[in-house]
Amino acid sequence: MTNEPQSEKRLEELREQAWKDGVVTDKGVDVAGGPIPRKPGYYGQPVVKPPVWTWEVPLYFFMGGLAGMSAVIASGAIIFHHVDLARAAMWLAAIAGAILSPVLLIMDLGRPRLFLNMLRVFKHRSAMSMGAWILSLFGACAVPGLIALELHAHQIFAGNLDQFLRVAADLFIFGSAIFGTLLATYTGVLIGATAIPAWFLHRTLLPIHFGTAGLGSAAAVLELLGHRIPALNFLGFYAAAVESALLIWLSVDKHGVADRAIHEHGSGWLIRIGEVLNGPLAIVLRLFGQVPFAAVSFLIGALVSRFGWIAVGKVSGSDPEAVFASQK
Amino acid sequence: MIGEGIQSTNQRKHSYVQDRVEVGFFTDPSVCIGCKACEVACKEWNEVPDDGFTWSGNSYDNTGHLGASTWRHVMFLEQDRQKGNQVTGPMGLRNPQSEIYNPQSDDPFRWVFVSDVCKHCEEAGCLEACPTGSIVRTEVGSVLVQNDVCNGCGYCVVSCPFGVIDRRPEPLPDAGGAFKCTFCYDRQKSGLVPACAKVCPTESIVFGRLDDLRVRASERVKHLQESGYSDAQLYDPRETSVRGIHAFFLILGEPEAYGLPPKPQIPTIYLKSAWTSAFATAIASIIAALVAFAFFS
Repeated sequence: MTNEPQSEKRLEELREQAWKDGVVTDKGVDVAGGPIPRKPGYYGQPVVKPPVWTWEVPLYFFMGGLAGMSAVIASGAIIFHHVDLARAAMWLAAIAGAILSPVLLIMDLGRPRLFLNMLRVFKHRSAMSMGAWILSLFGACAVPGLIALELHAHQIFAGNLDQFLRVAADLFIFGSAIFGTLLATYTGVLIGATAIPAWFLHRTLLPIHFGTAGLGSAAAVLELLGHRIPALNFLGFYAAAVESALLIWLSVDKHGVADRAIHEHGSGWLIRIGEVLNGPLAIVLRLFGQVPFAAVSFLIGALVSRFGWIAVGKVSGSDPEAVFASQK
Repeated sequence: MIGEGIQSTNQRKHSYVQDRVEVGFFTDPSVCIGCKACEVACKEWNEVPDDGFTWSGNSYDNTGHLGASTWRHVMFLEQDRQKGNQVTGPMGLRNPQSEIYNPQSDDPFRWVFVSDVCKHCEEAGCLEACPTGSIVRTEVGSVLVQNDVCNGCGYCVVSCPFGVIDRRPEPLPDAGGAFKCTFCYDRQKSGLVPACAKVCPTESIVFGRLDDLRVRASERVKHLQESGYSDAQLYDPRETSVRGIHAFFLILGEPEAYGLPPKPQIPTIYLKSAWTSAFATAIASIIAALVAFAFFS
């Protein structure tokens, strides 16, 4: 007995022939659960291991990008004297980057109590180690930067101390911007430099996507907080335009079986929905002046596509044929 | 080798750790009988917890794959291919009285057993990826996870080109950390042979000096090819960025059938292009922010 109607039909034909000729020379059918494996590789078992990461990691990618690029916007705002915007951006950077991001990262660890072991060594060849240091240094710049900025803005101290605070705020905020750009982009390196085919095949695209999505998200949140200025609108356009270009890149730069997780399955849909929301749709909404809707669309897109990329890793890592195809 | 008795490298005491000699495993499926003693010995010695008793339906393999709680895994391949000079009768609906019957017909079938294990790469993806320094290289060239240092970040899991290391899930003992074969480093420090090699009844798993094993393996491949095993080959990817493995395998047929990647690469080779892209994005974002405030305020 077989499970497929097609094989059952073939069996019927063979029985007919046996009845008529007394002998059957053709090959039979594969019996369900038969001895010869028909699955790719070794019984279809994954060749590499899919990521063990859960929802904390894609959410961290989102928060880290948002926080890091907020510090960049804060620096621009400081240079061009938008003090209120700089304060809002630094609050965003500190809350998302120095509180939520580390909490999410620690929650994802298998042994959260040992999180400090991340800072035992400094390994430039490990993107995870670099990320731990980047996040630490970002927090070490963003928090003092915010405190100094707030003390200066509220004129808590007078005279030289206030001047010192202003300079310190500037330096810390510029420092957090430098580490912030790395915080927003290193996550692309993190998953790009792995053994998962759909990830490493797109290692050039991933940092651009994560970094630009971070910049657009930071601008979008600040706009939703009421900072409706042309500069942020420009950044919204810039980010959505880059994301649209990446959407085209992703649909042109196909690797067949090796990266099919991006174009098929639920993971492929998450990527596509995310990219449409933070690419073309965000641009169109901005063109029509619907800034809050564009901001919301971009944020949802950025969040969905982060979850999409982790889902892609799980699908691609479980797919033996993708690994073989990527090594052809 | 069988017949060497206690002089076999699988049985005699050694001082490889003290002498800093590189060691390895050579696994030879042509003499494996699929007894799974290596799996049992590994679990027993290393106190690896059981990770469920399930029936896979895949030949006699109910282990599935290497993982956090499976450090040796005996694979059972059932292939419709010739093994050496074996003679197989036809399977299926054939009449032996018929003239069409041919005992050496095109209905070959072979059963291959091979014990899979961590490859202990020359350039190890897990070791490079580990952000805590938990994964180290030992004196004998093996790759060791220090369980008390690992914080379970899971980055080694996606960095292993062979899908060996994994994070142990709850509620197993020591859950949350990454685990894989230790090459019985604790035994080796005391001059003992790894548990799997010690128990292997046919010496399908051979433990010994890496250089000796490589010579032995290529001789074995040559011998098998001369004896009709035309598709016997050594799986030891030395031309790729992994630069060779310390636990290599003799395989019959293509590596894909064993779930082995044909050209494994260490993921660090992707770092350069990924970081270049990251730095370019970082600079572009700073410029975009400056342009935004300079021209759109």
